[in-house]
Amino acid sequence: MTMRRLINLKRAEARRIYLTYAIVIAAYIICQVMSSTKFLSSSMRGMLVPICAYMVMAVSLNLVVGILGELSLGHAGFMSVGAFSGVATAILLQGFIPFAPVRLAIAMIVAAVFAAFAGFVIGIPVLRLKGDYLAIVTLAFGEIIKSILNNFYLGVDSQGLHFSMLSDTTRLLPGGKLIIRGPMGISGIQKIATFPAGFILLMIALMIVFNLVNSRSGRAFMAIRDDRIAAESIGLDITKYKMMAFVMSAALAGSAGALFAMNYSTIVANKFDFNTSILILVFVVLGGQGNMLGGIIAAAVLTILPEKLRSFSEYRMLLYAIVLIVMMLATNNAEIKEFLSRLNPFRHKEEA
Amino acid sequence: MTFLNFFISGISLGSIYAIIALGYTMVYGISKMLNFAHGDVIMVGAYICFYAVVRYGLNPFLAVAVAMVLCSVLGIIVEGLAYKPLRQAPSLAVLITAIGMSYFLQNTALLLWSSNPKVFPSVVGRGAFHMFNGNLSVSHITALTIIVCLVIMVALSLFVSKTKMGKAMRACSEDKGAAQLMGINVNATISMTFAIGSGLAAIAGALLCSAYPTLMPTTGSLPGIKAFTAAVFGGIGSIPGAFLGGLMLGVIEIFAKAYISSQLSDAVVFGVLIVVLLVKPAGLLGKMTQEKV
Repeated sequence: MTMRRLINLKRAEARRIYLTYAIVIAAYIICQVMSSTKFLSSSMRGMLVPICAYMVMAVSLNLVVGILGELSLGHAGFMSVGAFSGVATAILLQGFIPFAPVRLAIAMIVAAVFAAFAGFVIGIPVLRLKGDYLAIVTLAFGEIIKSILNNFYLGVDSQGLHFSMLSDTTRLLPGGKLIIRGPMGISGIQKIATFPAGFILLMIALMIVFNLVNSRSGRAFMAIRDDRIAAESIGLDITKYKMMAFVMSAALAGSAGALFAMNYSTIVANKFDFNTSILILVFVVLGGQGNMLGGIIAAAVLTILPEKLRSFSEYRMLLYAIVLIVMMLATNNAEIKEFLSRLNPFRHKEEA
Repeated sequence: MTFLNFFISGISLGSIYAIIALGYTMVYGISKMLNFAHGDVIMVGAYICFYAVVRYGLNPFLAVAVAMVLCSVLGIIVEGLAYKPLRQAPSLAVLITAIGMSYFLQNTALLLWSSNPKVFPSVVGRGAFHMFNGNLSVSHITALTIIVCLVIMVALSLFVSKTKMGKAMRACSEDKGAAQLMGINVNATISMTFAIGSGLAAIAGALLCSAYPTLMPTTGSLPGIKAFTAAVFGGIGSIPGAFLGGLMLGVIEIFAKAYISSQLSDAVVFGVLIVVLLVKPAGLLGKMTQEKV
C-alpha cells in the first residue's frame, strides 16, 4: 500500500519523504554510535528521549497547523493526557508484564487512545470555530486540562481503581497505592523510556502522517486549508476531515507525552502548560509549516540550544528569545527568502 | 453581604482585566495580531512604578505617569523593531515573534531586577471604606481601580469616536490600503495604537500590583492571558466588548473561587469562555463577518 502510494506521488514529494526518513535514520545511527563510544556527554544522552518526544510533538502539531491550517495553542494538553494515562497504565502493569519495552509500548498505545478521546471531545466544540477564536479555545482547553489534572487523584487497591477530584477521598484499602496525587502528579516512575523506543515512535508518527497527507483525506485537509469555501462547495465534509486530523494529531501527542513522562521519575501537570504548547508551535513555525523534516530539525536544535547556551547561564533565555525574533524576521524578509530559495536543490525540479 | 463583597472585588479584578484587554483589542483591531508581549508590558510598567516610588521617592501618581510614558515608548519601539517588518508576513510568524518578544521582556526584567519578588507599595495605601455598619468594606485600591477603569473607558470611547487620530485608527482597522489612499499615515497610526495600549498596560500594572502586591518578572503573563481571554470573550476588536468581557471575567473568576473551588477557578473561567464562543462565535459584542465568495 505504502509503496504504491509513493510511486504515484510526484517525484519531488516522494524524494522529500525518503529524504526525511533517511535523515532521521542516519541521525539515529550517528547518535547511537556516539553514545556507545562515550562521545556524547551524559547531559546530552539524557536529552535524547525528550528530543524524540518533542520531535513527535512537532510532527503531530504540524498535521494540525501545517496541513490542516488551524492554529492550536493547547497541544501540551494532549501531551499531558497521554503522559498521565500512559504512566498510570505502566504503573498498573508493573506486576503483570515484567518486560519493560512491552509495558512501554502498551502504555504508549493506551496514552494515544486516551489523548485521541480527549481530542475528539474537545474537537466537537473547537472545530466549529474559525481562526483566532479556534486558537483561543484550544488555549482554554489546554488550561482546563491542566487544572483538572492538577486536582485529580487516582489510586488502586484490591477492590480496583478509585479516583476523586479536588482532594484525596479515594479511601484506599490498606495495601492500596495512590498513583496520581493531584498537584504532586505521579512520582516514583520507572524510567523505561529509551532512545530506540523514541526513534521507533518517531518513525511510526512519520509514516502515519506521510501516508495520511498523501491520501485522499490528506488532499482534503490541504484543500480545506487553502480554501475552505471552495472545498465545501465540492462536497468535502469539512467537520469530518478536521476532526480526523485533530484526533490523529492528539493521539500522536498522547504517545509522545507517555514517552516523555517515562524518561523522568516525577511528572506534574504544570510541566505541560501554555509555554510548552508554545514551544512546540515554535518548532513547527521555525521548521516551516507543513514541512515535517523542518519541524523535526527545529525541535532538536531548539532543545539542544538552551543546553549549549548554559555557559552563558542567565543570558541563555534572553539569547533564545533574540534568536527566535531574529529567525522570524530573517525568514520573512523578502531578500533573504530569495537567497535561501536559490540554495534549495529541489526548487527547479518542483517548478518543472 | 458577602455576596456583594465578592461582587465588588470581582468588578475590581475585572476592571484590571478590562484595562489590559483594551490594549489587546485595540492592537488586534488595527493589526490583526495577537500581541502576546502585552502581558509583559504590564510587568515592565509595574517595575517602573515600583522603582520610581521606592528608590526615587516619587509621588505614586507621578510614578504611574512616568511608567505610562516609558511603556508607551517601549510599545512604539517593540512595534517598530519586531512587528513592523512583518506587516506582510503570515499571521503565525507575527505570533511567534510576539512570543519571542514576551520571552525577551521577561528575561530582560529577570536580568535587570532579579527574580526575587518585590513587595509593591499600594498606590493609595491599604485603607478601606466601611459601609453598612462595617458589613461591607471596600478597600481604597478597589474603589480606585473601578473608577480608573470607568474613566479610561469613557475617555477611550470619546478618543476613538471623536478625534482625528481615533477616526484614523478605525479607518486603518477597516482597510489599511484605503486608509492610506485617503492620506492617513498608517504606520504612525499603528505606532500610536501600540503606544496607547502600552500606556494602559502600565496603569493596569500599577493597579494589579497594588491589589496583589507581589512583583516578579512573570507577574504579567497570567493576567495577560486572562485579559486576552476577556478580549475574545467580549468580541476581539471591539472596545466596549473588551470592557464588558473584562468585567465579566473578573466577576466569574471571583465567584468561582468563592463558591466552587479556588483550585478550579481557572478551569471555570475558561469553560465559560468556551460556552460563550459556542453560542456567539465572535464573542459577546463582536460582529460576525459575512464571507463573500
